[in-house]
Amino acid sequence: MHQFQTGLGLYFRLILSFDSAGLREQRIASLHSCSPKVCIVGGGPAGFYTAQHLIKARQDVEVDIYERLPVPFGLVRFGVAPDHPEVKNVINTFTQTAKHTRCSFYGNVNVGKDVSVEELQRAYHAVVLSYGAEGNRSIGVPGEELTGVYSAKDFVGWYNGLPSCRELSPDLSCETAVILGQGNVALDVARVLLSPLDILKKTDITQPALEALTGSQVRRVLIVGRRGPMQVACTIKELREMVNLPDTRPEMVVSDFEGVTEALKDLPRPRKRLTELLLKTALETPGEKEQERRNKASRTWGFRFFRSPVEVLADPERSRTAGVRLAVNKLEGSGERARAVLTGEVEDVTCGLVISSIGYKSLPIDPSVPFDSSKAIVPNTMGRVQQASGLYCSGWLKTGPTGVIATTMNNSFDTARSLLEDMDSGTVDVSAAKSGSHIISSLLEERGVKPVTFSDWEKIDNVEMRRGEAIGKPREKLLTVEEMLRVARTVTEDKNVISY
Amino acid sequence: MSRRQRCFPIGRFRPCDQNRIMAAAAAVRSSMGLTLRLSRVIPDCSTCPLYKSKSCVNSVANLQRRSSFDSFRTINRHLQTSIGLYHSDEGSSNAEDPEDVVNVVYIDRSGQRIPVKAKVGDNVLYLAHKHGIDLEGACEASLACSTCHVYVSAAHFDKLPEPAEREDDMLDMAPMLQENSRLGCQIILTPELDGIELTLPKVTRNFYVDGHVPKPH
Repeated sequence: MHQFQTGLGLYFRLILSFDSAGLREQRIASLHSCSPKVCIVGGGPAGFYTAQHLIKARQDVEVDIYERLPVPFGLVRFGVAPDHPEVKNVINTFTQTAKHTRCSFYGNVNVGKDVSVEELQRAYHAVVLSYGAEGNRSIGVPGEELTGVYSAKDFVGWYNGLPSCRELSPDLSCETAVILGQGNVALDVARVLLSPLDILKKTDITQPALEALTGSQVRRVLIVGRRGPMQVACTIKELREMVNLPDTRPEMVVSDFEGVTEALKDLPRPRKRLTELLLKTALETPGEKEQERRNKASRTWGFRFFRSPVEVLADPERSRTAGVRLAVNKLEGSGERARAVLTGEVEDVTCGLVISSIGYKSLPIDPSVPFDSSKAIVPNTMGRVQQASGLYCSGWLKTGPTGVIATTMNNSFDTARSLLEDMDSGTVDVSAAKSGSHIISSLLEERGVKPVTFSDWEKIDNVEMRRGEAIGKPREKLLTVEEMLRVARTVTEDKNVISY
Repeated sequence: MSRRQRCFPIGRFRPCDQNRIMAAAAAVRSSMGLTLRLSRVIPDCSTCPLYKSKSCVNSVANLQRRSSFDSFRTINRHLQTSIGLYHSDEGSSNAEDPEDVVNVVYIDRSGQRIPVKAKVGDNVLYLAHKHGIDLEGACEASLACSTCHVYVSAAHFDKLPEPAEREDDMLDMAPMLQENSRLGCQIILTPELDGIELTLPKVTRNFYVDGHVPKPH
């Protein structure tokens, strides 16, 4: 026995029929390769950043990313405004991750419907939920269901080509649009509504949206918030873009800014710079050149502060929105924690378009996953899902739907660190081999689900870029899942597809 | 948007050196053990004074010749970048002119000091990538994120040119902003910066689960 165990290697061990349990385990392990296998649900920034960190930290980790749509990148593709292409550069980083040998992308797989989280947990050592926030907070006022009222999430999805928002067909035949909410998404919507078409037509905004905006009669956009200038949730970059938007002029209510100048000196730098720009735009008498520019502008935009919606008013036939009733607030307290309190006064604003930009919201996708409905997140501690072992979360699902890509990046790295710690400590047992995608692929095949691989996505990517090139845009997005799948399934360079 | 990069010449730096940027990006990928991928981007030289006065050595002919080492190509990659991306050619380290050397120390998130011998003209973000330092550059130096946020040593902070308004706007978004905060992608090494120390902010696990103050988005 001794002579076989030294120097003669595995071959002889395999041949010997009286191998012990230990030797049998070794043989099985070498066949299945005992690398930790992690499954990530959601192919947006959170999913990709979590994958990136895991792959970099351990040379043996294999990561599979499952995404419901045939196309990856989540809000980077469907949320970032078309005129912010630099923000989308992060796609290059995600592409590197997806093409890594230890990473696989499986698009067109609906976790919760095509495969359950429990099945994923059985197949993988750990599952990270990174599916973000696909719902939105409702305003909660009468008239919300009238034609002409849309959530910013849907409006943004519409102009960015999200398949589920394709039929939105927003009516842009009114003069005034009211946006509820004063965050960056609200400003994105305002900017897209008022941008000169010359600018928009060179972006990756969808062609139907471009056509609708070409025929748009919207000339005035009011961005309404419950609290005051010092509580706006947008950031200075987006505010500057509004201030500098060609062919537009700002229209603010001077009295909204009472007391703001005095409060400036105590503000932290980011809030201070933002407030200074707001003040300047609202109060300062513009120089001659700027005044001339404003006089010639054909479109206006402005913030309206201390206003909460209480009703969306209907036109006489109750067929569509004709205006919005706003309650007037006053502030109690100051700074970030100031609260809006009703004064009893109301004010009606005529408008034909109401876009509510008051927040996205995560939804539960699988009953086996704990979900906190009041906060709309998966309850967790540092990314470890509470009362569930081997289950983690990252991105907006973990912390709530606020934060830019950089925030999500840090958030996802933190979750990856928690998982890595757990693998090191044995809390997640990686000694037992798991079959990962092998078993999931079989399950999906049985159920008639055919995943889209990353190289399938690249076919879609190429078709979109070629279509865009023909009309001077970076890409012309495919607008339906059916189209995406058709292109994904092409085997060779199909001429018909490319000259679509 | 056309398949071009905007060129803004500054001082002695060649602004349109696309392939060098791509080579640095490639160094990023390979140093992190990720797949090598290069893109072919065609720069727009027409606005650059060096090109107009025919003093640019990076003529399109040269670029095309060098680009033959691109093993992978993507069509129509639109690289939107900010100014001042020139960095020294890591290929040609033959004659290291001592006057060109800039000693840099990166202090990573665990506090470890990593000394690096750099060159005048190097970009702090891409230099970090070249040496495997954990500094993200999500927007690829286009002033659209704050992931390359660093703290600059006090002795060198004032030697840096004033940040552009756009850099200040993005810095405002960075967590744990300090007086000596700058974006790494906007720092180009000069001889006066010899000895500069760049500390990566410790982004702590202070993420809220209890509905704390929301960050903008």
